[in-house]
Amino acid sequence: MTTLTERRPATGPPAPQRPSLRHRLAERGVDRLMWLLLPAAVFVLVLFLYPFFYGLQLSFQPTRGGPFADYQRFFSDAYQRNTIWLTLRLALPAAVLNVVASVPIAYRMRGRFRGKRTLTTLLVVPITLGTVLTAQGLLNYLGPTGWLNRTLMGLGIVDDPVRLTNNYWGVFFSLVITGFPFAFLLVLSYLSGIDPTLERAATSLGADWKARFRRITLPLLLPGLATTFCLTFVLAFSVFPSAVLVGDPTGETYVISLAAYRAAYEQVDYPYASAIAIVMGLVELVVVAVVLFGRTRCYTGSTGGKG
Amino acid sequence: MATLTQRPRLQIVARPSSWIVWGVVIFFFVNLLGIVASVLVNSFGTQWFDTWLPSGFTTQWYGEAWRQYALFDVIIVTLEVSALVVGFSLLIGAPAAYTLARRDFPGKRLLYLVFLLPILMPPITYGIPLATVLYKYGLAGHLSGVVLANLVPSVPFVILTMTPFLEQVDPRLEDAARMCGASTRAVFFRILAPLLVPGLLAASILVLVRTVGMFELTFLTAGPDSQTLVVKLYNTMSSAGIRAQQSIDAMAVVYTSMMLVLVVVALRFINPTQLVARVKEDTDS
Repeated sequence: MTTLTERRPATGPPAPQRPSLRHRLAERGVDRLMWLLLPAAVFVLVLFLYPFFYGLQLSFQPTRGGPFADYQRFFSDAYQRNTIWLTLRLALPAAVLNVVASVPIAYRMRGRFRGKRTLTTLLVVPITLGTVLTAQGLLNYLGPTGWLNRTLMGLGIVDDPVRLTNNYWGVFFSLVITGFPFAFLLVLSYLSGIDPTLERAATSLGADWKARFRRITLPLLLPGLATTFCLTFVLAFSVFPSAVLVGDPTGETYVISLAAYRAAYEQVDYPYASAIAIVMGLVELVVVAVVLFGRTRCYTGSTGGKG
Repeated sequence: MATLTQRPRLQIVARPSSWIVWGVVIFFFVNLLGIVASVLVNSFGTQWFDTWLPSGFTTQWYGEAWRQYALFDVIIVTLEVSALVVGFSLLIGAPAAYTLARRDFPGKRLLYLVFLLPILMPPITYGIPLATVLYKYGLAGHLSGVVLANLVPSVPFVILTMTPFLEQVDPRLEDAARMCGASTRAVFFRILAPLLVPGLLAASILVLVRTVGMFELTFLTAGPDSQTLVVKLYNTMSSAGIRAQQSIDAMAVVYTSMMLVLVVVALRFINPTQLVARVKEDTDS
């Protein structure tokens, strides 16, 4: 609250002796209000862009070899190179599942009904669990002597315990549990932002629910789905604690963030770690860019819901 | 007329798919309940091997976890870090959000993209170079490093959350106040501030939840006595071995209860469905 006021006195006129320039700038929207941007801009510059470029130049100064030695080292080592594939194999299906599963559930819940708030709260609760409790819970619940295997064996569905932890599936479940509530919330808010009168108009023109969903709701929702996918994908892509705790951190779930962490803190090779981090960022940005490019081909105007 | 004839058919068609959807939701919750309950039961159990339930119940693990892991200090550190991050991110982010919502200027899209990047990148990607820089200047390894690192995604997050709230405040209100002779200070205190309280609350609570739950950045920059609860949990669990699983579970339960309180408080102040767009729920049928 007081944050703004304290900044206000500092927003004096920048150049009172040159009114013409000031006037011309103000016409393009640049006036003393811009001073309010300064703290945030400086902040991003110092704490995000500077470290990023520092890491970038560090990655080209490896402890041994030429400027690209660390990148060569990463891509020539099959065990390290494979981390990209292992990460994508976890993150892409998890993100897709989270988004796709959210749509029908949010679609059912977009109207007003009794207990909506309670149900929303319940669906948001998994956010509070945190990776460690999820990991512990998955180990207990899905483990060989856990409740799920007991139930399955008791019902005679399986004879031997199903192995669902310390491998790919443990990490996958953990990603779904932590990622789904987040995706659901975003999809629900995008869906609620679509003006319901649009659908009613379609109904009055004789469209059944399939046609309404396909031709009215879905096109308006697609940009939101793309954004949601990107955000959940970022969450899933940086999977780190669960890959160690419920995964198989030396084999099946040796993800790229783990490779970067090991290079930095176990081998204390910062240039190599930076190189891996840069590769990781690039791979992630390629996926996000593809999705966001697809998003520009969608309708991104008003959904009528913003009032 | 068409509406009247269509309505009943809609419900009949929708019914089976509706059951599938609710079935999936219930399946998800049953398993989730199993996961949470197994941790909860284990944290109160004495010994639990190849049976449905532990052989006895006790609360000793909580006391043990509290003493063994110095949980009181860890919780204090967590609260300190979160309060500082919330305060600073509002101070830096809110004014920027105001300008971004009000003005159109050259380079605005580029600036917006730069502000969004920290949210769009996995924390480890920029966390490792950031930690390297912070260690270089001696800022990491204690509280200030943890706060600085956590601010990186929090400031953009405040900007992102505040912008829709700010766009809803009609600029003509401010203009009208100025016309009536209000000073900048008065415009801020009597027009903007009261209208922005929900936005500020929403942003601060979301940042709080994020910071308490943020693992990677804290993990990379924390020293031995600046670990937040998540990092402490991870460190104990990954180096477990001989330690009793039950006391780790007890600590995890403490963490989750803390987060649960925060999220329930958060949901009292913000409607999660209105984060992206304001909803005209009155017209909803």
